[in-house]
Amino acid sequence: MISKDEILHVATLANLKFQDDEVDSFVSQLDKIVGMESNLSSVDTTGVEPTYNMADTNSVFREDIGIHTQTREQMLENVPEVEDNLIKVPTIVDKEDAE
Amino acid sequence: MNFETTIGLEVHVELKTKSKMYSPSPVAYGAESNINTNVIDFGFPGTLPTVNKNAYRLGVMVGLALNADIENHTHFDRKNYFYPDNPKAFQITQQDKPLGHDGYIEIEVDGEKKRIGIEELHVEEDAGKNTHGNNGYSYVDLNRQGTPLIEIVSKPDMKSPEEAYQYLENLRKIIQFTGASDVKMEEGSMRVDTNISIRPVGSDTYGTKVELKNLNSFNHVRLGLAYEEKRQAAILKQGGTIGQETRRFDEKSGETFLMRVKSGADDYRYFPEPDLPDYEISPEWVAEIKASLPETASVRRNHYINELGIPEYDAGVLTDTKEMSDFFDEAVGYDANPKLVSNWLMGEVNAYLNDKKIGLLDTKLTPEHLAKMINLISNGTISSKIAKKVFQETISNGTEPEEWVKSKGLVQESDPDVLKPIILEILDNNQQSIDDFKNGKDRAVGFLVGQIMKQTHGQANPKVVNKILMAELKSR
Repeated sequence: MISKDEILHVATLANLKFQDDEVDSFVSQLDKIVGMESNLSSVDTTGVEPTYNMADTNSVFREDIGIHTQTREQMLENVPEVEDNLIKVPTIVDKEDAE
Repeated sequence: MNFETTIGLEVHVELKTKSKMYSPSPVAYGAESNINTNVIDFGFPGTLPTVNKNAYRLGVMVGLALNADIENHTHFDRKNYFYPDNPKAFQITQQDKPLGHDGYIEIEVDGEKKRIGIEELHVEEDAGKNTHGNNGYSYVDLNRQGTPLIEIVSKPDMKSPEEAYQYLENLRKIIQFTGASDVKMEEGSMRVDTNISIRPVGSDTYGTKVELKNLNSFNHVRLGLAYEEKRQAAILKQGGTIGQETRRFDEKSGETFLMRVKSGADDYRYFPEPDLPDYEISPEWVAEIKASLPETASVRRNHYINELGIPEYDAGVLTDTKEMSDFFDEAVGYDANPKLVSNWLMGEVNAYLNDKKIGLLDTKLTPEHLAKMINLISNGTISSKIAKKVFQETISNGTEPEEWVKSKGLVQESDPDVLKPIILEILDNNQQSIDDFKNGKDRAVGFLVGQIMKQTHGQANPKVVNKILMAELKSR
């Protein structure tokens, strides 16, 4: 069972705020999703190597060449507030802020 | 009650690449704000990461230099956290199968050698940079976002702040000599987090771990840890308990202050990175990288002592940084006498760098010019006095020594036929000095030599001058 506290905990980690009724609806929705996925736990995987990835290829590297694929103007176009080419955001009061 | 200290260090090092870890944006320190960013660095929906081959190669180099086992079957993991310095809200790292594990570094404290274990090391990406305004806003520069990093996690093998200091010194040197990173604390290309706990001697469980932050130099690490040892011991002696907390080192007071209390483990919700495939790091590639590893500082040091005849202390100074050691090797490669090159680097060059507070590569001095200048002294073309002028000119302006010496007419005068008349004239004008010399006052010789040098603008060959002068003095 997914609890309301778990939903609120994850929301806090993602810095998201929800209305009470939204949280209630997430509880029932996520409970169904997680419940369905937990069926997987019934399979005995003793001695089975974990699958980390479903890609049908591996070890794809990019050569180390620095290129600009967008201009700064393009990148800052969608930024709500720019000052001196810096992205202006509300100060996040966070555990790291005291550094 | 006596306590013993346990210290573990986590060190982040920026790898010296042209592009970022998972995006092709250029990497450059001190670039204009947000100039080196693209849609991947900004975490735009639909963008996909790609792994920088050179960054991984440099990571393997560091791993090998730290005597670690390189993982052959690896993948990347996603570490989730929310903070504006990383708009993706996650960092791609290697949590489950790190690049390397079980390495070690040798350190020496008070003449005693000791191995400090490396738990693991892994590649990951750096975050952007936040500047906090005092107006309720922060300003974000994403140039650093995605810069390739390697994180090196030590085992809790260090028993004193001094051991931690030596570990960091050696770690910095080892990585610097691989060329994988600049490892400059002052530019943030090397960053240190420390964990420290103490426990009564003989106890078999560790004490509560305290994390120290804001350590901007190795010396701060040493001072911060030493303060923590005392603070924690004082609390335990009074029957108190140590809180699981993060503390900040204050460089002005040398004390540590509480930043935050840790409530349970950090909740990063790691899972395998779905946007990147698995990676097979072949033993052949690892062997190839191993073969390409540059000589370590200690190998070079031994070479300087045993083959070039450099004194031990000097060899240590020359191999303190890769740039100094490379410079020395190159200058010696231009057929300059190794001992003379060493003396100049340790003497005049270091004095110049200290005076201007700059690094060797910030000057215009080249190994070739230094070698040429030294050879001009060795073959008697210039006096060591003139050499100081040549040195100032070439280190400040990058001037080619041979041509400059010729064009300025600074070539040393060694011809006795030219020097003798000058010396005779000076002797004729300084009877008092001759008398002093006869009365056993050796200082008189120095005075006379000074006069001759003044007359010849420092260009007279001191050996030739001395010979003529002594012969003349004795005959009068």
